[in-house]
Amino acid sequence: MGATSYRAETKRVLTPVSKRKKRIPYIIAYGVLGVTTLPVILMYLWLLLRSFFEQMKYGFIPVHFTLENWQFLWSSVEHGGSSLPSIWTATWNSFVFSGTLTILEVIIGVMAGYALARIEFPGRQALMKTTLLLHAFPSIALLIAVYYILNFMGLFDSLFGVVLVKTALQIPMTAWIVKGFFDDVPWDVEWAGLIDGCSRLKVWFTIVLPLIKPGIAAVSIFSFLSGWSEFLLLYTFILSDGNVTLSSYLQRLISDPNLVNYGLLSAVSLFYMLPVLLFFIFTQKSLMQVSVGGGKRV
Amino acid sequence: MGSVLKKWKLPAIMLGPFIVLIFLFFFLPVVLIAILAFTSMDSAMRWDFNGLANFQKLVTDPNILLIVKNTVIYVGFTLLINVFFGLVLGILTTYFIQKESVGLFFRTIWMLPRISPPVVYVLLWLWFFDPSEYGVLNSLRAIFHMPPKEWLTTHPMVAVILANGLIGASFGMIIFSSAIKSIPKDLFYAANVDGASQWSIIKDIIIPAMRWPLMFVTLWQFLSLLTSYEYILLLTNGGPLFESEVLALYSYHKAFRNFEFGYGSAISLVLVLIALIFSFIMWKLFGMKKMMGSSRIE
Repeated sequence: MGATSYRAETKRVLTPVSKRKKRIPYIIAYGVLGVTTLPVILMYLWLLLRSFFEQMKYGFIPVHFTLENWQFLWSSVEHGGSSLPSIWTATWNSFVFSGTLTILEVIIGVMAGYALARIEFPGRQALMKTTLLLHAFPSIALLIAVYYILNFMGLFDSLFGVVLVKTALQIPMTAWIVKGFFDDVPWDVEWAGLIDGCSRLKVWFTIVLPLIKPGIAAVSIFSFLSGWSEFLLLYTFILSDGNVTLSSYLQRLISDPNLVNYGLLSAVSLFYMLPVLLFFIFTQKSLMQVSVGGGKRV
Repeated sequence: MGSVLKKWKLPAIMLGPFIVLIFLFFFLPVVLIAILAFTSMDSAMRWDFNGLANFQKLVTDPNILLIVKNTVIYVGFTLLINVFFGLVLGILTTYFIQKESVGLFFRTIWMLPRISPPVVYVLLWLWFFDPSEYGVLNSLRAIFHMPPKEWLTTHPMVAVILANGLIGASFGMIIFSSAIKSIPKDLFYAANVDGASQWSIIKDIIIPAMRWPLMFVTLWQFLSLLTSYEYILLLTNGGPLFESEVLALYSYHKAFRNFEFGYGSAISLVLVLIALIFSFIMWKLFGMKKMMGSSRIE
């Protein structure tokens, strides 16, 4: 993060005239960035405004403040003749889904990451290469076979089944990122513990693991959010109303041709996005670093 | 001696769940897809082998030409937006905007589409292209007294490419801005002192240093675009008719809408093979060491 001001120090060398000339590209740069970024901001702003107002004049100017769009929070939504399950069922399911995913992914990822980083065993190189290659693997093309396997295991239409699939799809990436964290822990720390008579497992648990706590936190948030946002797997492998999650709930509302109520849609979207936004605002800096690290190491 | 057992116990415990998951949801599906592709399995789930019939059907499929054409257009243009716009964003937010906080602000805004759940993100696009007078494009037209247009039916591919392009651009942005940050600052000082124009700094310093990240992002995005269809499924669902259907989505539709699991697997197998060839190229090009290493700036 230290590589910031290329310009600051060179500024002193420049004369005022050339300084003004130099400024033009920066003005253009800000202009381009502003023009392209504004629509993105406007789109999300619309989402917020639309959920609290009765309608938008010319699509943009809000008129008539109302809370009617948020009614779905306390009464169920009619849709295609039948009513959708309560939003709280969906929220709870989404929460359970993402929570289980996070726990599984972090535990398995931390264990595998440590083994890949620190333990010598036959086939280690091969396993590392496989892990790395799996990142680029088009796992989504395998859904048909995954469907067969889930069916075979009796886990079709079960949230836990989808959690397992999602964990598996993400675990190569997670394990690799976690391996990176362990790589940064100096060996001396571990040796010191071993000399003092701890077992390898105990050293890992009591000494090494606490050192990578920030990394684990970032990975947890990452996987929770990806679980919260998951759509395709849940859409494909979950059928029953009782297992509906927020993404499917919203998708059902969107795909109903008789119900084009953008007020309701944006309110539900906002409700659904809330944890994502909160997490993102508070942890944005560390998340960016993880994704950069992950991307670079890939 | 128990030491042999001890030596194996630790990696076995640590890697056990990891390997089981990868086996269950990566290796097994690949094998299954490869076998299923030669069967005529349907919703009855019977293994009836039919030789190469699926592949014959694929070649003679009346829609296949349109679908392949769509796939090429979709991957090509989305990739173009991803890489080019990602590069523009990376350079603008990292090099031109020297204030770290401002650059970060813009990058955060551009991350919004990426962290938004797909269903919410697609809702924004649906609203943007809405056929009624409430859609963004149509309300803009209304200002000039033009009648609303059905954008998603008349230009489905444009919508698909734009929606996917903006998501991918943020991926390029992250990788490119971290690459720009790792360019030695002396180069910029020297260029500034020599009175180099901004354009030549971009052309002669930034772009050459980004050779590897550029190639990496291109290949990586190519792979993921080829096999991803989540946003298309949500936005147009391949429609109207097959106007925006791509190969990966076709495989999904065949399997989960028409329950032709055998035929769907055959299409998936073709995609997986293409992806494997490109992964192999990627591997050869970057080499394992380089992929694992961090900065590739000479």
